[in-house]
Amino acid sequence: MRNLIGYLIRRVGWLLLTLWIVYTVSFVLMRSVPGNPFSSERAVPPAIERQLRARYNLDAPPVRQYLDYAWGIVSRGDLGWCLRLEDYSVNQVLAEGFPVSASLAIFGLVFAIALGIPAGVISAVRRGSFADLSMMTAAVLGIAVPNFVLASIVILLFVFIIPLFPAGGWGTLRQLALPAFCLGAPVAAYIARLTRAGMLEVLSREHVRTAMAKGLSSRAVILKHVLPGALLPVVSYLGPATAGVLTGSLVLEKIFAIPGMGSHFINAALQRDYTLAMGMVLTYTVLLFVMNSIVDISYAVIDPRVKLP
Amino acid sequence: MSDRSPLTVAPVAGARETRQAEQLAKLLEESREIRGVSLWSDAWRRLRRRRTAMASMIALGVLVVLAMLTPLLPLQSPIDKDLKFRRLLPPELTSVTMGSREGLGFKDASLVAELARFEGELDELRRQRDAASDPEQRVQLEDRIRERTEVEHPFNQLWNRLGSVAWGMCRLRVAIFGDYAIPSIFGTDKLGRDLLSRVFWGARVSLVVGVVATLVSLVIGVSYGATAGYLGGIVDSVMMRIVDILYSIPFIFVVIFLITFLGEDSVKAWLRQRGIEQITIFYFVIGAIYWLTMSRVVRGQVLSLRHEQFIEAARTVGASTWRIVFRHLVPNVLGIVIVYLTLTIPAVMLFEAFLSFLGLGVAPPDVSWGQLLNDGVEALSSVKLFWWVVVFPGAALAATLFALNFLGDGVRDALDPKMKNRD
Repeated sequence: MRNLIGYLIRRVGWLLLTLWIVYTVSFVLMRSVPGNPFSSERAVPPAIERQLRARYNLDAPPVRQYLDYAWGIVSRGDLGWCLRLEDYSVNQVLAEGFPVSASLAIFGLVFAIALGIPAGVISAVRRGSFADLSMMTAAVLGIAVPNFVLASIVILLFVFIIPLFPAGGWGTLRQLALPAFCLGAPVAAYIARLTRAGMLEVLSREHVRTAMAKGLSSRAVILKHVLPGALLPVVSYLGPATAGVLTGSLVLEKIFAIPGMGSHFINAALQRDYTLAMGMVLTYTVLLFVMNSIVDISYAVIDPRVKLP
Repeated sequence: MSDRSPLTVAPVAGARETRQAEQLAKLLEESREIRGVSLWSDAWRRLRRRRTAMASMIALGVLVVLAMLTPLLPLQSPIDKDLKFRRLLPPELTSVTMGSREGLGFKDASLVAELARFEGELDELRRQRDAASDPEQRVQLEDRIRERTEVEHPFNQLWNRLGSVAWGMCRLRVAIFGDYAIPSIFGTDKLGRDLLSRVFWGARVSLVVGVVATLVSLVIGVSYGATAGYLGGIVDSVMMRIVDILYSIPFIFVVIFLITFLGEDSVKAWLRQRGIEQITIFYFVIGAIYWLTMSRVVRGQVLSLRHEQFIEAARTVGASTWRIVFRHLVPNVLGIVIVYLTLTIPAVMLFEAFLSFLGLGVAPPDVSWGQLLNDGVEALSSVKLFWWVVVFPGAALAATLFALNFLGDGVRDALDPKMKNRD
């Protein structure tokens, strides 16, 4: 337990350091772009522009702005106002987009696990069979086909040719099915391969032979003695998998017109909405960091030999 | 060694010694005949036995050659739009004449005739220039020739900013094939451009991005990792801590942020002033984020190899540091570097496609596969089923990534010493 607390404290320290680096780089980039939010559209009278700049703290020296903005984030969690979305603060956009993106990501991951692990187990147990061969070919395909290509093929098939699902939107389970499938498919392919490799390794161990020899049913052997050991690589893959899902959701939210964080982020990037983009980058950093820490902890829980770093 | 060799045996020796010397000479001869199987020939042998990997390699080789020879192939123009008659045509087999679109205003609606006409006019101008005695007039005419070539030359109307090599290849193509062009067997896109030629020209960009960005990541990763591993101690731990931090940054988002910044007009102008193409920066940015794994792997390898017995053995027999590094360390690191290289190229290509798909990567009029897919997905949401705009670029990208992944797996298994006697 003390171990865990120490680990968490260290992790938080690293998180803060990482956030600080990301923040600094983003801030420098943001401020080195010439012009300011008020210079582009209609020309504002100089006096009013001065007032606006004073209101938004843009007239302060850069170091002052850097510190003030950072202080705003730390003390009030205030990421500032969007430069391009009318009447939205960055926090509001995040609050609206986060639940959508999070549920999409969770559905995608759950789908990937539910599909990948059984596929890996079956192809390892029936090694060399037709099922094994076809599933592993599908897995390589799943890794090679980028998920936006998959999404367009799936839309062609299941929206236009066989109208089973709606093409986009958000809210119902039917609308969620296709994007979650496309998001989860590459992850499922990796998980299936990892599970198969892990299973094959554990199946050749001595303790499995002993379990078989003492007459346990093969079902019990596989579920109790093989699977837990075989899943370790899968657990450690979940960190990168989260990163992959977050990345994938960027394109899928665009294709399926889902109002999540990803589509806002893309719009922010395309329209040069620097405050929003910075808020998004910071949020994604925290998300990835938290997910990686959870993976580390669960790894240590599953395998007692592993010490928390 | 040398003083025991039969050549230095004293000439006074009797018959026994002569026989012994002959035996030794034969032994030496034989030992010269034996050729050790090097790591590479062994790996190559094993790779050749994997049919999937070899098929992927051949397919990729064909793809690279075709992409390099694209200007030479009788393809239609990748940028000439025909909004009137050729928008979103399904795949067809009716042949097309180069330069036949009315809007181009080519002489006899033919590229060859137009080229001849235009060159004739330019020659006329050149003759005037050579005849001109006034140096000022000469400069004027020179400028005029350059201007007209840039704007009016048929090649510049049908292709986008050809390099000098591609220009020469285009010329050769006109000389060989004349006005013939392959029919639009992949259909046309929403602006009436031929999809087959766009897929080919896109392959050039996508492949170059893959290779260049991977090389950038290779240079950074290997030098960083080798430095950390070689120096060891506190330098090593600081450098690896930095890598740890970078690992936990969601790079895709930072890169998108960075590209946003690079896309700003004033930044673009600043870069253009210094003669830097935006696409070059793009290569470097992508390359600069894929070096982390490479540096970790190289560092680990160098660290463990430094204390290996064969290194110490080499040192004991008096090999120089230079020899140890290049004969013993580098080949051992190289295997794993090549494995990561083959696995990084598809990742980088995928990332480029991903960014171009989002509209943040390669900008028109340059073409890349990701961008073609983006156009395709946009056309998908319409009422009619324009499947070809998605299926062909998607298949090209997926097939390439598929082959690269297979090749990467094959190379990894072939270079893995543990796999040696398994097949």
